[in-house]
Amino acid sequence: MRKGQIIFLLFSISFILFGLNLLLGPVTIPARTLFSLIKGSVVDDLSRNILLQIRFPQSVTAILAGAGLATAGLLMQTLFRNPLAGPDVLGITSGASLGVAVITMFTGAWIVYMPQLGVLSLILSAMAGAMVVMLTILALSQRIKDNAMLLITGLMMGYISSAVVGVLTVYSSAENLQAFTLWGLGTFSSVSWDRMNYFAGVTIIALFMAMLLPKPLNMLLMGERYASNLGLRVERSRFIVLFCAGLLTAVVTAFCGPIAFIGVATPHITRLAIGGSDHRILLPANMLIGASVALLCNLIARMPGVEGALPINAVTSLMGAPIVIWVVLTRHKRKYL
Amino acid sequence: MSTNLLYTTDLGIGYSEKNGQKLLHRHLNLALKPGELICTMGPNGAGKSTLLKTLAGFIAVQEGDAFIHGRSIRSLKEKELSLMVSVVLTEKLTIEDFTVRQLVSLGRYPYTGFFGRLSDEDQKITDQAIADTGLELFSDRKLSQLSDGEKQKAMIAKALAQETSIMILDEPTAFLDLPGRIEIMRLLRHLAAHKNKGILVTTHDLEQTLRFADKLWLIAQGKEMVCGTPEDLLLQGYIESFFAREGILFDSHTGCFRADEDYSERVHIIGKGITSYWVKNALERNGFKPDKNNSADIHIEITTGDDPEYIISGTRDNEVRTTSIESMLHELKTYNVEKQIYTSTLE
Repeated sequence: MRKGQIIFLLFSISFILFGLNLLLGPVTIPARTLFSLIKGSVVDDLSRNILLQIRFPQSVTAILAGAGLATAGLLMQTLFRNPLAGPDVLGITSGASLGVAVITMFTGAWIVYMPQLGVLSLILSAMAGAMVVMLTILALSQRIKDNAMLLITGLMMGYISSAVVGVLTVYSSAENLQAFTLWGLGTFSSVSWDRMNYFAGVTIIALFMAMLLPKPLNMLLMGERYASNLGLRVERSRFIVLFCAGLLTAVVTAFCGPIAFIGVATPHITRLAIGGSDHRILLPANMLIGASVALLCNLIARMPGVEGALPINAVTSLMGAPIVIWVVLTRHKRKYL
Repeated sequence: MSTNLLYTTDLGIGYSEKNGQKLLHRHLNLALKPGELICTMGPNGAGKSTLLKTLAGFIAVQEGDAFIHGRSIRSLKEKELSLMVSVVLTEKLTIEDFTVRQLVSLGRYPYTGFFGRLSDEDQKITDQAIADTGLELFSDRKLSQLSDGEKQKAMIAKALAQETSIMILDEPTAFLDLPGRIEIMRLLRHLAAHKNKGILVTTHDLEQTLRFADKLWLIAQGKEMVCGTPEDLLLQGYIESFFAREGILFDSHTGCFRADEDYSERVHIIGKGITSYWVKNALERNGFKPDKNNSADIHIEITTGDDPEYIISGTRDNEVRTTSIESMLHELKTYNVEKQIYTSTLE
């Protein structure tokens, strides 16, 4: 298949899943109603509200979060040349958790249950925690030249954050703990229209930045020495890749909570689907597949007939973990990421 | 005399560490000319790779300087260096789902724009590099489907596509079988001669070095580096001295190292040609010293003809005729055992 055809096919799949996300859920909305809404005809208030205020922002969030996490995972896997690397390897996700833990457990959960202010405080604290870790990693990356060492440092940062969270939970009330746990389950529905600008703005900028990186990424895939021999300024590229992946992870985690496995698993699905590792096609294809995976998970989480919604993290883990197991089991056969 | 592609002035190689430098070699004055294939040899840990990495710009020059196309390597940026030196390294590849063409086209990256899009010219040069390495039939195959030798050729094609005057290869034949080693070295020889490139290779393969290299650089820890035409270095005894180790002998006739055996018996071989050569080989392996002198106790005469016979005299009262080297060896070993029993009964 030609590059254009692959992208078109993947785009179509995302589009169909997007449509299904709008129509299906606890309340099924007929396609007719959706078309009327698009045409600008009169639609009953309930359907209109469900579509515009709930499902539309939720689906857009899923698309951006899926594409963002998948891209962050791909960048990490290529940079560290490690098939099990993902958005969370640098400890950024744990940093966000720490931020949320601090805000929920120190201020008391009341802030979380405040309308508007509650979600906003969660987002801001998660973002703050993620940024602290990310800036630390970026600063360390200037000193630590060896990628394997940097990877280990990132993992350790994650452990430290988790440990502090663990300590905090001991001193927190059951109520606070519940608020924190809820955040940890992940959701695509916390981005309302008034916050979409920020979420979509940052995510799209970072995704666009990633789309500019196929050449350095292809070179990095050969290893740092080969990359440098092909004229790449390895350290600068590494900084840009870390920054881009870190920003995507931070913003998605801040708004949606820690979403597991999409980042690790999607690049493997993509490599299998397009049968290669050339980032010129891998990057856009991976974004589309990431968006599709997130939409599919969101769809499953709100399956018609299910009371309420399943936690998104449970769904992504159930889908992602088998893929990661498959990656580990077949690694010796594939000889590439 | 053609100008040097690369030369060094009092180059010191090694690593900088927290508490100063660790210098492996100092005062290296080396030169690489167009059309030359240079092999660097030395025991493991001697600094071969460090030298190569320094000349490829991967690690910093510790003292002195190295000049590529007359410019100090200290002042060259990655981009500039990528147009002058290409490398083939020992690193494990993680891009085995690239096709040969995709891999080779990466060699064009220094010439492409921001997104690495290949121009028609780039495609042409990529195809040419694939053709030059004899990989036309493999160009759309994935690297994971290639043999080690073909993979190595693909890496060389990548380096060729980079169109640099200097190619540096770190142990390109290390994991290859003998025909593969010869093929790669012959390819490099060909590229040096016909593309006028200066090629620098590290290897442990003395046989191929003596066959293909224009120059040999010998490097060992605690010794001054020696450079010269391989045959000169062999005759001057440098090769032997650089690899000297207990129990290992260097045979300057064959240019091979062999284990130093305790010989029990001298054997005089009467015969010529290939059969005689391999009889000698079999005898040496089994602890008999082949001897040109007929003062030895045992003589082996090789008859000429399509089915040579090996006539052994001196082991028994009569001559023993055998038709294979195996039965000949059996006879000699039996004799040896009997002789030992005999000597021990005398004592």
